[in-house]
Amino acid sequence: MAIKVVSPAAFTLALFLLWQLVCAAFTVPLTILPAPSDVFAALWQYRAPIADNSWVTLWTTLAGFTIATVFGMGLGIAIGWHRAIYAGIYPVLVGFNSIPKVAVVPVLILWFGLGEIPAILTAFLISFFPIAVNVATGLATTEPELEDVLRALGASKLDIMKKVGIPRSLPYFFGSLKVAITLAFVGAVVSETVGANKGLGKLMLDAQASFQVPIVFAGLLVLAVLGIVLYAMTAVIEARFTGWAFRGGANR
Amino acid sequence: MSLVKLDRVSMAYGRGAAAARVIEDVSLEIASGEFIAVVGPSGCGKSSLMKLISGLHPPLAGTLTLEGRPVTGPIKSVGMAFQHSNLLPWRNALDNVLLPLEIVEPFRRDFKKDRKKHARRAKELLEHVGLAGFTQKFPWELSGGMQQRASICRALIHEPEILMLDEPFAALDAFTREELWCTLRDIQAERKVTVMLVTHDLREAVFLADTVYVMSDRPGRILRRCEVNIARPRDLDVTYTQAFQDLVHELRTLIGIKH
Repeated sequence: MAIKVVSPAAFTLALFLLWQLVCAAFTVPLTILPAPSDVFAALWQYRAPIADNSWVTLWTTLAGFTIATVFGMGLGIAIGWHRAIYAGIYPVLVGFNSIPKVAVVPVLILWFGLGEIPAILTAFLISFFPIAVNVATGLATTEPELEDVLRALGASKLDIMKKVGIPRSLPYFFGSLKVAITLAFVGAVVSETVGANKGLGKLMLDAQASFQVPIVFAGLLVLAVLGIVLYAMTAVIEARFTGWAFRGGANR
Repeated sequence: MSLVKLDRVSMAYGRGAAAARVIEDVSLEIASGEFIAVVGPSGCGKSSLMKLISGLHPPLAGTLTLEGRPVTGPIKSVGMAFQHSNLLPWRNALDNVLLPLEIVEPFRRDFKKDRKKHARRAKELLEHVGLAGFTQKFPWELSGGMQQRASICRALIHEPEILMLDEPFAALDAFTREELWCTLRDIQAERKVTVMLVTHDLREAVFLADTVYVMSDRPGRILRRCEVNIARPRDLDVTYTQAFQDLVHELRTLIGIKH
């Protein structure tokens, strides 16, 4: 427990200290790299707008992530259901995933106007892919012998999915959520940076335009903290639901 | 009375000219309550024969009947166990054993209602094979031999007419393997269940079976049907007798020795 709390706290503190020292030693201008003290000062001074915009980013991220979870799981099951579906959809999916989502944002803005919807959709588009692929992988790697055992008993494909395929793919699913939540967050912020009227991305863009670099860094800091919190949340959910996969055993 | 009858059956994977023949012209009968073993070199189609009889794969030619009726799909009254126990890691031993009852009729219909009754039966079965006190354990908490015992219980819980075992003891150490031979021997003696055991261990085949079939290299044909005339109940000492050794030696010669 001590290692889990003390060691990361000490390391983070040391990092800020080093940053502070470097800025002081080389007298780095505020417009290039503000020291942590400046960043925290800006964070405190502009806490109201930062909190306001963080909230927008947070909820658009979570909305996009939720859609991605439902859609990704459904798509993953569909892909893993049959080899023909897998072969048909997979190349299209890879192609789609290769498109940088930042290139899609202008189209989304064109369709839905400035606001939260393009951010939600970008978060969704960027984060469903790992969920779908992981669920499909979990299903596709079911032991054929186990399938034989059940099929010999007269089990339908749906039975096999319910009893074996889906529980078996759960660790893959929850594992992918950690990746997906971070991606959804990136998607929402990218979308806000390209065009939005609210959100941390928009706040940072405005601050940058007026050379208020400490606010930009304050925004980055908030993004990092939110990212850690979201990641930790999915990690806890993962450990809670698929304890058996880690062979810890107790918390099934 | 014969339970399963194969008459000049062939089987192939794939279709048309590209089809790979794995079983060629096999005729055999399994009587109800009989214990047969199928031995042969690896890749000779022993496991395919099992898939065929359980109705998971259709024959290419010939007829296959179960209790006089042709087999056209999964026969349902079969229990299977393999070299790897394939227990579900998210279920404890008891719930793993109960799995077939959630699938196969008539148990499936009233599974929720009868769960207590079934659980008691599963527990008795597990205790019977020496897993008393391990019913609530998860697969990774069990040794390889214990997992295999649980896997055999899972194959038996729905009281199948045929128990099909595909090299079930191949991954175990020699002592555990012989222990499980005895477990299987006792289960078969008590329940009079029909068993088809696929193995490449000739001592195992002779020790357990009433009839041993020797298969040739691919495509698999039956080279010899060999009745084991060693009185039951057999204990492990039997494996050191001359009659036993002679029979094993004879089978070994049939399979051929490659240097």
